[in-house]
Amino acid sequence: MTALSRRGLLTGTGALIVSAPMRGHAQTPPAVPLDTKDLPGSLKQTPYLDAWIRIDTDGTITVFTGKAELGQGIKTALLQVAAEELSVRVDRPILVTADTARTPNEGYTAGSHSMQDSGTAIRFAAAEVRQILLNEATTIFQLPVGQLRLDNGAVVAPDGRRLNYGALIPPGILHVVARPGTQLKTPGSYTVVSTNVPRVDIPAKVTGGQAYVQDMRLPGMLHARVVRPPHPGARLTALDTSAAAVMPGVVQVVQNGSFVAVVAQKEFQAIRAMRALAARAQWQAAEQALPKQGDVFAYLTGLPAQDITVLDSRHPQAGTAKTLRARYTRAYQMHGSIGPSCAVAQLQDGVMTVWTHTQGVYPDRAAIAELLNLPPAQVRCIHVEGSGCYGHNGADDAAADAALIARAVPGQPIRLQWMREQENGWEPLGPAMVSEVAAALDAKGRIVDWDYAVWSNTHSTRPGSAGSLLAGQLVAKPFAPPPPKPIPMPEGGGDRNSIPIYTLPSARVIYHFIPQMPLRVSAMRGLGGYMNVFSIESFMDELALAAGADPVAFRLTHLNDERAKAVVTRAAEGFGWGHAKPPAGHGHGFAFARYKNLAAYCAVAAEVSVKQETGQARLVRAVAAVDAGQIVNPDGLRNQVEGAILQSASWTLYESATFDAAGVTSLDWASYPIMRFNAVPDSVEVHLIDRPGTPFLGAGECGQGPAAAAVANAVADATGKRLRDLPLTGDKVKAAIGV
Amino acid sequence: MILNVNGQQRNVDVDPDTPLLYVLRGELGLNGAKYGCGLGQCGACTVLVDNRAVFSCVTPVVALQGRRIVTVEGLGSTDNPGPLQHAFIEEQAAQCGYCTAGMIVRAEGLLRRNNEPTDAEIRAAMQPNLCRCGTQVRILRAVRRAAVVIRTQAEAQG
Repeated sequence: MTALSRRGLLTGTGALIVSAPMRGHAQTPPAVPLDTKDLPGSLKQTPYLDAWIRIDTDGTITVFTGKAELGQGIKTALLQVAAEELSVRVDRPILVTADTARTPNEGYTAGSHSMQDSGTAIRFAAAEVRQILLNEATTIFQLPVGQLRLDNGAVVAPDGRRLNYGALIPPGILHVVARPGTQLKTPGSYTVVSTNVPRVDIPAKVTGGQAYVQDMRLPGMLHARVVRPPHPGARLTALDTSAAAVMPGVVQVVQNGSFVAVVAQKEFQAIRAMRALAARAQWQAAEQALPKQGDVFAYLTGLPAQDITVLDSRHPQAGTAKTLRARYTRAYQMHGSIGPSCAVAQLQDGVMTVWTHTQGVYPDRAAIAELLNLPPAQVRCIHVEGSGCYGHNGADDAAADAALIARAVPGQPIRLQWMREQENGWEPLGPAMVSEVAAALDAKGRIVDWDYAVWSNTHSTRPGSAGSLLAGQLVAKPFAPPPPKPIPMPEGGGDRNSIPIYTLPSARVIYHFIPQMPLRVSAMRGLGGYMNVFSIESFMDELALAAGADPVAFRLTHLNDERAKAVVTRAAEGFGWGHAKPPAGHGHGFAFARYKNLAAYCAVAAEVSVKQETGQARLVRAVAAVDAGQIVNPDGLRNQVEGAILQSASWTLYESATFDAAGVTSLDWASYPIMRFNAVPDSVEVHLIDRPGTPFLGAGECGQGPAAAAVANAVADATGKRLRDLPLTGDKVKAAIGV
Repeated sequence: MILNVNGQQRNVDVDPDTPLLYVLRGELGLNGAKYGCGLGQCGACTVLVDNRAVFSCVTPVVALQGRRIVTVEGLGSTDNPGPLQHAFIEEQAAQCGYCTAGMIVRAEGLLRRNNEPTDAEIRAAMQPNLCRCGTQVRILRAVRRAAVVIRTQAEAQG
């Protein structure tokens, strides 16, 4: 079923645009009635039922989502939600994911929002469609609803009469605005939701099926490579194309200002020609040198900042017994997708179609349309899976590169993939950050005052405009990057999770937002939440130590939210917290956060070992507990949290992007080491606390912060030394323990 | 040039120094081996050559005439998955899955020479391959699960 739908996406080029019905969310949306603001999830923005669920007369059920599969299992989870409320088997509906010609505009697939936004919309839309079907059936059967039963796409009367859903749907009946207050099924009746439905995309991925945009092969497709400047800001002054132009298979060299690309019949021919072009290109260096890597935190905090008061409930305290202060830092880090960014683009009949692993087909379309000076209606962006992205990597830029190249070779599909060094050298990094915190304890060891400040660049330079795209910045008439903006709370950017979730009588949180970006940065899984939770949860352990309290008990003392307490308690119990001392050279650490203070709750207990000779720490085992509201797919949720823990442990123990005066120098996996199998934990356990019937709480990023802090706290427990500068590499640990 | 890929003789017309990866993907239409780094550092491109795992991104095709090349497509299909493929599905040992085909082939190379590997041997064998989504704990489980199946089959065949 998914293979079919994907084939449809891949081969449907122009025809689908023509045949796709106009929907409420298309170019000129009809006036949306005012009361949609009370509708759940993305129904607020896209209230028409048939934007989400379509039932054809032959009984085919199609579900539409504006969200994209990024490897997080969203296809499977959304199919489960739809199938449950439609009372059909999970393999029955066809799912269409993010496509500007077919699906709702749900912005970016980011921020752990997919289940909250799209899942909720599909859940309520499907429930309402089920009720519409039942109502139709009551008229036809002349029976009350209570006597009718649903059976995998049919309504069945007690006498055995059956009506297929397709026969129950008069044309246009689903083209109605969703009503508020639709009754969902009761969790006790679930047969699909809350079960471990296997991921629909995995069979193709383990057998070499066509699973990624990298695997697309359109008739007549040509291969392209871009030639990037030697470093950001450099401008092309001369390009000798003579050698490349006559190389085997070369079709065309594309140049537009400092944007250079080559198109060839075969992929490796394009790579060879790319190298030949690069060798004969002359560039004028950028005017400004980057700060020294070792000085970057002082440099950043010295830049002009916009000071945002995130929270201020501070008042003078009496009876302060102890005051502690700490400063934490986080290096620039990379998304580091295993597959470099890729896109396929084709200009045909005036329409530019781009197959892309972008997280946001609509914003990417807007940016590409501006870049190409086309009306958005003449650009179609279709999401096709790529390698996992973990935020804003090169996907959007590659899509724009492919479109710019395809415009120069009209009619021909162009497949562009970046090289590893291009991905590492040009992807927007996770921003370097600094935090400073001071807190006071009273004589009973309770926190009575908290003062926190965080410094960061923006956490989103995502497109929406051409100036956000590398190609837009390189073309002869470049587009100015839009001024960076902070992401407002409650979600926040650099200040995400900067408000402690603990009950504190007096607290202040200031976000020093730094507009000027020495290196290109943007959203990386968890945004500022990774650093803020690392800082807050490291400091909670420092405070617990000063108060002479057990770290878990200290947290529970300061928590009022019962769901938070339940998660902390479950993780501690699962780990056996406090039952036994860690072996020599090992340490235990604990941390907790609720992602964005409004999504999933996650607590992590970790055991690390530290090698005396090298200082290298290893995560030995982790036990997590998660409350993500109503769970749709328990194993899918576990997989996400396990992955979050391993990825965060890798960031925390190994990862920093290196750079010199010109640009990023960590251009491969040797210069940017990440966790390998020898360091993989012996076990990772994820305990789920299901909350049937409650709203979905986004969980895809909930583990990043708690895992980092749990590892750091375990390193402190193992070594007796507190490390506050991410990553906690062997060199730093070794220097701290002085061996 | 003639290559033996997944048990079939395939005639390909490419420059002899083209890395095998581009021949598999571009000439033979195989998706399993992936471009990840082009440097032999990540393992996404892993294939077997005479039962040994190699990085197809840095292996010139000229070196491979007369040798048996196996990609993940040669280990089974969605309808009839091989033991490792089946184990990866059972363990749901993927997120984005871009590294998965390379992981499976790397593990196949191990289990062909040692169908009773210790955990340390599995880790050592898998060391060249990177996963960025953090599914390695599941991958290790899947390899152990497949090893049991392969051993059981071998014993049944006596």
